[in-house]
Amino acid sequence: MQIPASFDYVRASTVDDALELLARHGPESRVIAGGHSLLPMMKLRLARPEWLIDINDLFELDFILLDGDRLRVGALTRHTALLESTEVARLFSIISDAEAVIADPVVRNRGTIGGSLCQADPAEDLSTVCDVLRAVAVVRGPGGERLVDMNDFHRGPYETAVAPDELLCEVRFPVRPRSGSAYEKVERRVGDWAVAAAGAAISLAEDGSVEAAAIGLTALGLDGTVAEAEAVLLGRQPSEELFVEAGRLAAIACDPVADQRGQIDYKRHLADELTRRVLRQACARAAQTQEG
Amino acid sequence: MQISMTVNGNEVTSEIEPRVLLVHYIREVLGLTGTHWGCDTTNCGTCVVLMDGQPVKSCTVLAAMAAGHDIRTVEGLAAGATLDPIQQGFMEEHGLQCGFCTPGMMLTARALLDKNPHPDDIEIRKAISGQICRCTGYATIVRSVQWAAAHPAAAAGAAGEGADEVLDGTDTVVEDVATETQDAEVKA
Repeated sequence: MQIPASFDYVRASTVDDALELLARHGPESRVIAGGHSLLPMMKLRLARPEWLIDINDLFELDFILLDGDRLRVGALTRHTALLESTEVARLFSIISDAEAVIADPVVRNRGTIGGSLCQADPAEDLSTVCDVLRAVAVVRGPGGERLVDMNDFHRGPYETAVAPDELLCEVRFPVRPRSGSAYEKVERRVGDWAVAAAGAAISLAEDGSVEAAAIGLTALGLDGTVAEAEAVLLGRQPSEELFVEAGRLAAIACDPVADQRGQIDYKRHLADELTRRVLRQACARAAQTQEG
Repeated sequence: MQISMTVNGNEVTSEIEPRVLLVHYIREVLGLTGTHWGCDTTNCGTCVVLMDGQPVKSCTVLAAMAAGHDIRTVEGLAAGATLDPIQQGFMEEHGLQCGFCTPGMMLTARALLDKNPHPDDIEIRKAISGQICRCTGYATIVRSVQWAAAHPAAAAGAAGEGADEVLDGTDTVVEDVATETQDAEVKA
């Protein structure tokens, strides 16, 4: 039987209340939202917080809002809400693609975007999605609010820029015209972590050439996006040859480890193939918005 | 700490340790052992209960986190002696062999039908994709859910042989359920 070590539990009623509780209880306190990453770690005693601060009542952090040229998503937004949002599907297909393969439908009812990003598991899908969409994290702490680019947000496995006395409140996704995005994952079975996954976002210029490109890889030992593969796309007309070249560069750039989910060669092959597929899909979707 | 929540329509209050998981609270404190405790790792889904109408894996929710919420377990499916159509469907279509996954499967199916009264097979398979049946009974589980979708008012007595046994002497309950079902249809 897996039971967490003892802890004290308190529910926050507002963001300010949560910040005050974090300040009062110090670094041995942890915020819990969906709990589907933290509770398993606590059951295995890999995490032993002294205090759990439950933020599930912070309805102010549960929203999906189109605000000018950015989509604002509250940190407490559940995976299910992201998957079912027509606004998200219209603007950022990559989020819908990823959400459909994150864990399973029952887990998605609880898990949150903020929890996924703060857990920062190297095989976590939304970290890649946020990298690719050049998202900005809104983090609040005792000193007020600060904006953190995804490059600065990730600090390595299970580590982020969010300090122990801070709370991730929101993720902002810039909306760009003539854009398309896609995500594809290979997993051994529903709900498992990715063997490998890739995501891409493409913006096209008016002449149909690639104006901006972002390619991210999940569970393949890569920090940030695949700059070499992105560079080769810029200014070029989307084509199968171009996707093949980008896939080749992605396979070289990644640094997978062999584990029970696959050997290095296989994972590099996936980096190549999945990069091609998501680029093909993202470009097709971007072209569709142009026609529409 | 003291927690209160609604379980199958009843208000319950208990003194618990914060680390008690919802599945253990339901089984050991409330004595509702219809909720099964399986893998302990959020994989198998036999511990699924409905929290505010949504399926959740109760091995990965603290009882403290469920405080103030509305919980429904498999014991809350039937109305008195009248089975929920989903339970009837599992009987009619042989939706279980060993029965270990059944409570979670039925609750997820109930939530699916409440949201989508006429799912296709793919939608049913997706809905139960976070739950494991090791008797490999998925085909019959899907058929059971389809049976329930086709018989939303099954509890009113149109269910065939199996239903007669469970409807004995509970006329008023049957009426209530029939009315509720109709209301649900109107809303949908």
